[in-house]
Amino acid sequence: MNATTHEPETRQGRPSLAVAAPHACFDISFRTLCLICAVLCGLLMVAFFAQLALASGDAWRAFGLRFFVSSEWNPVTNVYGALPAIVGTLLTTALALAIALPLAFVSALFIVDAPPWLSRILGQAVDLLAAIPSIIYGMWGLFVLCPLMQELWWRFDIDTNGFGVLTAALILTLMILPYICAVMRDVLRMTPPMLRESAFGVGCTRWETARDILLRYGIRGLLGGVFIGLGRALGETMAVLFVAGNVMEVPGSLFDGCTTIAATLANNFAEADGLQRSALFALGLILLVMAFAIQVLAQYYLRMTGAKRGEK
Amino acid sequence: MKQRPSSLPAHGMPLRPLWGRKLQDWAVQGFSVLALTVAVGAMLWILCTIVARGSEALGWGFLTNPSKPYGLPDAGIANALLGTLLVTLCAALIAVPPALCAGIWLAEFGKRSRLADTLRFCANVMMGMPSVIVGLFVYMALVVPMGCFSGFAGSVALAILMFPVVMRTTEDMLAMVPDTLRESGLALGLTRCRVTLQIICRAARNGMVTGVLLSVARVSGETAPLLFTALFADAWPTRFFSGPTANVPVLITEYATNSPFEAMHRAGWGAALVIALLVLAVNLVARILFRERKA
Repeated sequence: MNATTHEPETRQGRPSLAVAAPHACFDISFRTLCLICAVLCGLLMVAFFAQLALASGDAWRAFGLRFFVSSEWNPVTNVYGALPAIVGTLLTTALALAIALPLAFVSALFIVDAPPWLSRILGQAVDLLAAIPSIIYGMWGLFVLCPLMQELWWRFDIDTNGFGVLTAALILTLMILPYICAVMRDVLRMTPPMLRESAFGVGCTRWETARDILLRYGIRGLLGGVFIGLGRALGETMAVLFVAGNVMEVPGSLFDGCTTIAATLANNFAEADGLQRSALFALGLILLVMAFAIQVLAQYYLRMTGAKRGEK
Repeated sequence: MKQRPSSLPAHGMPLRPLWGRKLQDWAVQGFSVLALTVAVGAMLWILCTIVARGSEALGWGFLTNPSKPYGLPDAGIANALLGTLLVTLCAALIAVPPALCAGIWLAEFGKRSRLADTLRFCANVMMGMPSVIVGLFVYMALVVPMGCFSGFAGSVALAILMFPVVMRTTEDMLAMVPDTLRESGLALGLTRCRVTLQIICRAARNGMVTGVLLSVARVSGETAPLLFTALFADAWPTRFFSGPTANVPVLITEYATNSPFEAMHRAGWGAALVIALLVLAVNLVARILFRERKA
């Protein structure tokens, strides 16, 4: 390496070549090390898919595409279908999102508009809510919410043991609310004040400003937040495992027991082997693909606003 | 309202009466207060339940005795607590150094290149991956070849969960360091890596520590991956590399779902209180640290 090369890493002034050479060498090796570490992340991502696809091969060969539509899960006859788990996952997630979305949006509006001290306290509270481990939500759901739901619905003459789609959806709502709210808050905060003030200036009420100006301006970021919440609800294991009832059937009503892909995995994996284990891996692969698709959408929408939000 | 459009006309007054719009506004305001009350109320409710029920179980013996099968006296959660600390610390040891390097690469060398963008995207996607998938992956990659469940496998699973979080926060923190600092370092004749390690990283140190702490807090309550990897044992975690290792989240799962006994439930609540306090404490420390840096 000679002192006049104009490579970016070696262009710094240096006292002498004898000292410079080892430095440059160290520089390059450090750089390569960092690169390897960074690439590791991408490799892991690919490895997930490869590993699960490999491990679920037997199930795909045995059931083919029927795996998606069969609702049988019978370890005795060794026939497995993914439909109950898929339906349970989609149902609880959709329900949770439907409840959480309006709540999160108006909460974010309130936090953005509130006086600074209140907004800071509420923001911190929301952050802490997001930090509580999911198992604690699950335990609370199991011992507090389920009996409560049971009692409540008995008043309306609905016979349920408290476990089921609705309870799972409510727990998921509580869990994803802070996530969606936090992203929405950030998105709403980055709206230029000029826009809001102009809207107020032409006589819009706060809600009209929010609906017609803020919502439209930040729609992509808000959608990104929605997908983040969706991703969390989709892959949530413990909270759902505790309250869903873990029945391997397609739920007929909101009060029926159900299961989700993640809960099925956690529940059955320990005692499964052979084809059942392979079927569980196939479920895992389905979940991975779903989560991946949702994350890709989330990143796509968030990236559009990322530059404006200062990449959080 | 004749045939005019329902939105604002090109000029002129809005069509809906003012009181209606104000009413709508108030309704939404009321709804937003309600929504926040629900969210914060639920949080307080959950925390109060944990504190109320958990404190019944809590005591010196509970924290210092190992867990035992039902019916034996002097049961506690000390082995699970120690196991959780071991598993989490080991996960941090595995994940943090490479994640810091990866973050440095993204911020200092990769920048906006195509590879860096792809990797950044991968990290973001991996942050949203269901943790149960990571458990499955590590089960196939480590538990099956090693032939046994082990605390180490649990550490690897948690490390995989931590990696993208630490990587992205490190990058964000490094990107916040002004370029003038880099340039002055280079102008003094330092090599690129010395500038990075000795100047940039030092300037961004608190932010990076915050990122690491937050990721530790996040994984220390993770349960799903540990179900497939570390599992549980009523023993001290002496066989970290070769046998099931006790840990608090799986202990809670076991006690809450697989046990009909009131005493076990109470122990479960106690363990839930301990893990919640740990996670919240780490979170608070991280946030205070970050606040100081900003000030």
